Amino acid sequence: MSATIVSLPDQSTARIPKVNFITKENGLLSWLLTGDHKRIAILYLISLSFFFFIGGALAGLIRLELLTPQTDLMATDTYNKVFTMHGVIMIFFFLVPSVPATLGNFLIPLMIGAKDLALPKINLLSWYLYIAGGILAIYTMASGGVDTGWTFTTPLSTHYVNTNVLTTGLAAFIAGFSSIFTGLNFIVTIHKMRCPGMTWFRMPLFVWAHYAASILMVLATPVVAIAIVLIALERTIGIGVFDPTKGGDPLLFQHLFWFYSHPAVYIMILPGMGVISETISTFSRKRVFGYTAVAFSSVAIAVFGFFVWAHHMFIMGISNYAVLVFSLLTMLVAVPSAIKIFNWTFTLYKGSITFETPMLYTFGFMGLFTIGGLTGVFLGTAGTDIHLTETYFIVAHFHFVMVGGMLMAFLAGIHFWWPKITGRMYPEKISQLAAVITFIGFNFTFFPQFILGTLGMPRRYASYPPEFQILNVFSTAGATILGVGYLLPVLYLTWSLKYGAIAGNNPWQATGLEWQIQSPPLTENFTVTPIMDHEAYDYEWLENQKAKEVASVG
Amino acid sequence: MSDSTAIAHDAHAAPDHGHGEAHPTYLRHHFENVEQQADAAGFAMWIFLLTEVMFFGGLFTAYLIYRNWYYPAFVAASHQLSVVWGTTNTAVLIFSSFTMAMGVWCAETRRRKGLVLSLCLTFLLGLVFLGIKTIEYSEKIEKHHVPGFHYNLSSFLDPDNDAAAKAASDKALPLDMARHTEVYFSLYFAMTGMHALHMIIGIAILGYMIFRARAGAYTSGHVTFVENFGLYWHFVDIIWIYLFALLYLISRHQ
Repeated sequence: MSATIVSLPDQSTARIPKVNFITKENGLLSWLLTGDHKRIAILYLISLSFFFFIGGALAGLIRLELLTPQTDLMATDTYNKVFTMHGVIMIFFFLVPSVPATLGNFLIPLMIGAKDLALPKINLLSWYLYIAGGILAIYTMASGGVDTGWTFTTPLSTHYVNTNVLTTGLAAFIAGFSSIFTGLNFIVTIHKMRCPGMTWFRMPLFVWAHYAASILMVLATPVVAIAIVLIALERTIGIGVFDPTKGGDPLLFQHLFWFYSHPAVYIMILPGMGVISETISTFSRKRVFGYTAVAFSSVAIAVFGFFVWAHHMFIMGISNYAVLVFSLLTMLVAVPSAIKIFNWTFTLYKGSITFETPMLYTFGFMGLFTIGGLTGVFLGTAGTDIHLTETYFIVAHFHFVMVGGMLMAFLAGIHFWWPKITGRMYPEKISQLAAVITFIGFNFTFFPQFILGTLGMPRRYASYPPEFQILNVFSTAGATILGVGYLLPVLYLTWSLKYGAIAGNNPWQATGLEWQIQSPPLTENFTVTPIMDHEAYDYEWLENQKAKEVASVG
Repeated sequence: MSDSTAIAHDAHAAPDHGHGEAHPTYLRHHFENVEQQADAAGFAMWIFLLTEVMFFGGLFTAYLIYRNWYYPAFVAASHQLSVVWGTTNTAVLIFSSFTMAMGVWCAETRRRKGLVLSLCLTFLLGLVFLGIKTIEYSEKIEKHHVPGFHYNLSSFLDPDNDAAAKAASDKALPLDMARHTEVYFSLYFAMTGMHALHMIIGIAILGYMIFRARAGAYTSGHVTFVENFGLYWHFVDIIWIYLFALLYLISRHQ
């Protein structure tokens, strides 16, 4: 592991550029009223981390309750509220905006050579909507919580529970519009703001992945919005669209809900896949194998993602033929996902691989996402789904994809672009340790849940038969390790803001346009509009650039 | 200063940025030129309308399903709506789309008075639409056709004592089908209510635009806002045309 590609400027003379987007203006208002995509990304990063730790604390409570078979830490209805709020906060306030709103916001204009996103005010508005939704969600939690599960399933949510369904729904509704505006902004920016020479197939795969995710945000989110509106009308006025006593069909709610919420998992994972494409190329010093296939596989995931929603409803009473069709379509999603994994693996082949922290997280992503994805095929198979659905197998499956996949990718991305965002390196050794701790903790937490699920332990219960205890103890112990793994980055990244080594423009020797400018970048990113005259991930071009620079300085 | 240099290309670096014609004041700093700015804003509006299509799409899906299941109930319930008011409202909205289109044309050809007049007319027609909608809603409230606790089935169980049902020579529905009229009215209020909400937002923005247009804001070349609002207004109009056909005219061809 001695090999490294990190090349830092001479620390005795190097300094952070005096003029950059952080120092340009001072004071709280200059941040709260900013139109700069980089500053908004940082606002998002801070608020997202806040919600992540609230959601994480709730997860800790869940695992603590499940340490013993009895309900001893909290009453069952409290437990229901805790896992509901864990889901609502993690999905709507962390996973959906995580990579797009922070890294995507920061990097898309830089990567395509633009000065900003196309609609800076809409970008700021989306952050304010996010905060408004988040405050509402926290208020909901403080004022008694909600216990429907994050799925708001009718008729439970409309007729039977007396908790804060309306405010939680409104929080999700508002957060949904935040997400729509982010996606809309990305689509317009990618179409209209690319610099000269930046053709579609010269864009970094990070941008392609965000483009695909944005299509999902824009087309799927409004459907859950209207479903939430109908729930609200049902609860307040008593209209009968989902009420079987009046002739309405509760299944229709699930169709509308999953029409968003299944694509939503691709909204969550696609930007993460974009991060992995960047890190895997940089740390193997090779162009991503099958660039075009990886680019199109993102779009294919987005398109297929719209036609698989009913696999969440195999046991809900949809027709056998629908099960057959949706099962087949679900299998199809595995194809573009596999294209990505295989192409990344081929990128590694004969590459000069180094093991900096982002690469460790990347390896974590590839392994865990593969397990998560393959168990998804189990669940897409109608027969096994009937056995496994509503058990801990489901919980393990989506946590492998979302936490093992997306969160690993998020951390890979945060570490990878940290020098660009702040101008300083994070401390390498301890962050490698944190990556390893996260990986170990993750597997301890969630792998036992696969076994629990196949043994038949149902999800969403505060108590369970005593024979399941040993595996639950494993899982809870793992969650503790995982917690340490997530706390460490907060500590050392904060430390690095002041004491980290000066990173210089391009510490990773990466090829993206964002690495060719100063770190942290200027407010308008580029002093001269860049012209893209080479393919993405062209390491020869980078060598020539460096040679030229040396020659001109000499 | 190597640390703040973008990829500088010696030969064709720095195109004539800063030379040539002066940039108009409304050009935002991050766009290269006015065309790019207008292009981006228009494109963004179309994408936004796409999300609106999906938003209403959920309601249209629900309508499609329930209309197929409960067709007799939907026919009987739709007879409770006034085709006269519905047609009038459709005409009002189509005319308001015309005045809005005139407004966009006036902004593009820099006619300030024409723009203010067109916007005012659109504003008034929007209010007329909402006024007629209020009359229709109040009829529903009087007859207890609002879904919920007070919903009343007598119009469908005993059509001979109901003027609207009698006029359409409806036959009495069996009780379980009659109860499904409530689903029709649920969708009626959800769909027209969502549409009316979009009208109210549109009228509020129109008020703001009239205020700005009087000061000459949109007649000096920067017409993006008016054009995009025009798209929004036409979109809301088109939604109504679908609602009119689907809710009022279910069985009128028979």
